[in-house]
Amino acid sequence: MHPVTTVHYLALSAGLLLIGTIGVLTRRNIVVILMSIELILNAVNINLIAFSHAWHNVSGQVFAIFVITDAVAEAAVGLGILIALFRNKETVQADEIDLLKW
Amino acid sequence: MNFLDLIWLIPLFPLAGAVLMLLTGKWLDPQPPSDVAVAPGVEPGGAGAPLANSLAHHHPGALQNLIRIICPGMVLVSFVFSAGAVWQLAQLPKRVYEVRQFTWIAAMPFHMANGHLATFQVNWGFLLDPLSSVMLLVVTGVGFLIHVYATGYMAHDNGFYRFFGYLNLFVFFMLMLVLANNYTLLFVGWEGVGLCSYLLIGFYFHKKSAADAGKKAFIVNRVGDTGFVLGMLLMLSVLGTVRFTDVNAALRSGQFPVEAGYGVMTAMALLMFFGATGKSAQVPLYVWLPDAMEGPTPVSALIHAATMVTAGVYMVARSSALFQLAPVACAWVAGIGAFTAIFAATIALVQNDIKRVLAYSTVSQLGYMFLALGVGAYWVAIFHLFTHAFFKALLFLGSGSVIHAMGGEQDMRYMGALRKKIPVTHWTMWVGSVAIAGIPGLAGFFSKDEILWQAFSSPKGSMALWTVGLVTAAMTAFYMWRLMNMTFYGQSRVKPEVAAHVHESPAVMTWPLIALAAGSVLGGWLGVPKLWTVFGEGFRAFPRWLEPMFALSGPESEHPASTEWSLMILSVAVAAGGISLAYYLYSKRPDIPDRILARFKPLHTVLYNKWYVDEIYDFLFVNGLCKGGGSAMGEFDRKVVDGGVNGAGWLTRASATLSMWWDTWIVDGAVRFTSFSVKLLSYPACLIESGRVQTYALFVVVGLLTFLGYYIAR
Repeated sequence: MHPVTTVHYLALSAGLLLIGTIGVLTRRNIVVILMSIELILNAVNINLIAFSHAWHNVSGQVFAIFVITDAVAEAAVGLGILIALFRNKETVQADEIDLLKW
Repeated sequence: MNFLDLIWLIPLFPLAGAVLMLLTGKWLDPQPPSDVAVAPGVEPGGAGAPLANSLAHHHPGALQNLIRIICPGMVLVSFVFSAGAVWQLAQLPKRVYEVRQFTWIAAMPFHMANGHLATFQVNWGFLLDPLSSVMLLVVTGVGFLIHVYATGYMAHDNGFYRFFGYLNLFVFFMLMLVLANNYTLLFVGWEGVGLCSYLLIGFYFHKKSAADAGKKAFIVNRVGDTGFVLGMLLMLSVLGTVRFTDVNAALRSGQFPVEAGYGVMTAMALLMFFGATGKSAQVPLYVWLPDAMEGPTPVSALIHAATMVTAGVYMVARSSALFQLAPVACAWVAGIGAFTAIFAATIALVQNDIKRVLAYSTVSQLGYMFLALGVGAYWVAIFHLFTHAFFKALLFLGSGSVIHAMGGEQDMRYMGALRKKIPVTHWTMWVGSVAIAGIPGLAGFFSKDEILWQAFSSPKGSMALWTVGLVTAAMTAFYMWRLMNMTFYGQSRVKPEVAAHVHESPAVMTWPLIALAAGSVLGGWLGVPKLWTVFGEGFRAFPRWLEPMFALSGPESEHPASTEWSLMILSVAVAAGGISLAYYLYSKRPDIPDRILARFKPLHTVLYNKWYVDEIYDFLFVNGLCKGGGSAMGEFDRKVVDGGVNGAGWLTRASATLSMWWDTWIVDGAVRFTSFSVKLLSYPACLIESGRVQTYALFVVVGLLTFLGYYIAR
């Protein structure tokens, strides 16, 4: 049985990042996009904690807590915007919201 | 009492009377209700027409007597002061008294004809010299008598106070005219008497003919005044002054501030004379005077016979030094005077209105005066003015008395045989007629004969002028005695309803007639012919009195005394001939005039219609120049002025259209073309901006991966 090393964590993190990114770029529902963003942020958290464990430096873990806090705030603001948007447009499909152009 | 120092008071008395009358007259002399005053069909006020006017009668209040005393009284006081001043003037060694009251027009600089700067200042000043003293005494003396007469004549008239107010105002302006010491102040009086003349001619202003006559007089006079003003301005620009003494001194010495030749003097003199033709009713501006007879008869006597119309004669005599320098102008004066004399006399021959005959007679006699002025016999002109004032005022007042007696009838065809009914009027008018006809011993003879003699013998005179004068004298005698015969002698043609009322005028009217008749007899004895050596120098007081004014220049005539005697006898003979002919035709054989009339119908028609001068003037000036010019100006207005405005409007609109086209297609076009080309060029860039957030995110990721790949691969 191989021990779990930093590389494994990094691979998991990369996988999460990939899934999250593809989710953001491809899914139409904004709720799902927000969830994908959460995946990306958690990929970052895993990175931070992996390196903190590897190098015995606790700063990475503190940062991870900051990122979690940030993700919560972001989710709150993002969902708030989404509700406001839904009230106006009655849709949560990202490809139907295309006013921000020339 | 030093009357010379009080000379400024002389015009103020009548002015005070006028102001008092015009301000308080309504209260002094209450008017009857106005519906009576202008009752239709009633001859309004009607030249002292008590009969036709009986409806409009009102009984004068006690206060009206105050007017009767104040107004003639003011003129009488003026006369007394004038007489005193003239008496004291005669005592002075130099017989010129000039006094400056105050500065009227303050000094101001102006450029004279040669460009030099001069100062123009006019003082309110009076000049009493032999010339103005004669005028002064005539105006106040005859004026007083006419005022007295008018208190009787106008007694039954409405507007009694208004009449006397105007009359006193007239005397004031006339006194300003004759006492002024410069042309500008003279012009004030000149215009003032014109105004009063207008007011008094149009006294019965609710009668259209009277109102029209007033306007005509005013307008015709303005035409002449233009000449006067231009002459005055020319004088100012050449001589730099309008004060009589300065002007005369400059002209006599020949030292002008500005180099001025003979032509300038002629122009100046002719312009002045043109002014005189307006005021003194000479051809071509005489037309207003006959119409002026619409005014009450005392007005005709005072203004249009004795005083105002002689203002032109006075003005030319006052400018004698100027006329001496302009022989051509003198020839014009003499020619116009002679022509006017005979022209007006021909019209007077056939008129039937008693006042109209006298009006044309006045024009004719004024022509005589200008004839005398033109041949350089200035004192004779003034002498004729003096005698004429007596007998013409007398004749007018006499005719007024006749009209009064006839209840407003002025047509001589409805008179006749009035001699017994109105004896005083008859005898005084008889005296006046003899005087104007030129029978020796009465005033008219002396002055008229002197004019004829001067026209013959003066260096500027000629046989032609004398002949015209002589023929006019014959006509004068004829038309005056035609008037006398038609009015007083022969068969009565009085309308029966009038005949019952014929009555002699009251004493207040007959006494002035008697006084004027006395003047008509005696006035001439101040200037008996030189030939009549039987009489002493005292009988030539008039020429000697005026001698310093005119310096009776020119060589003594070299004609023998026999020539003068024969001319004198000839003129008396034609006068006597005219009188006898008139007597024969109109008293003895009244059928003959009708036959002559039938024979020479066209000539009579022309004369009766006054040579159609009024019609010609109407055609040429009133309709031609004024109305025609008016419509021409209207056309000009419509076509040229309006056309210019409309054209400008059209042009603006056209240019605006053009400008709009330019704006739309060129300016806006450039802007829109710019924006269009920018849009066109930016179109590819627009394609990648879809507005979809995910697309943008994809770009970010692709870009990131690209850079990442680039750095890894390197």
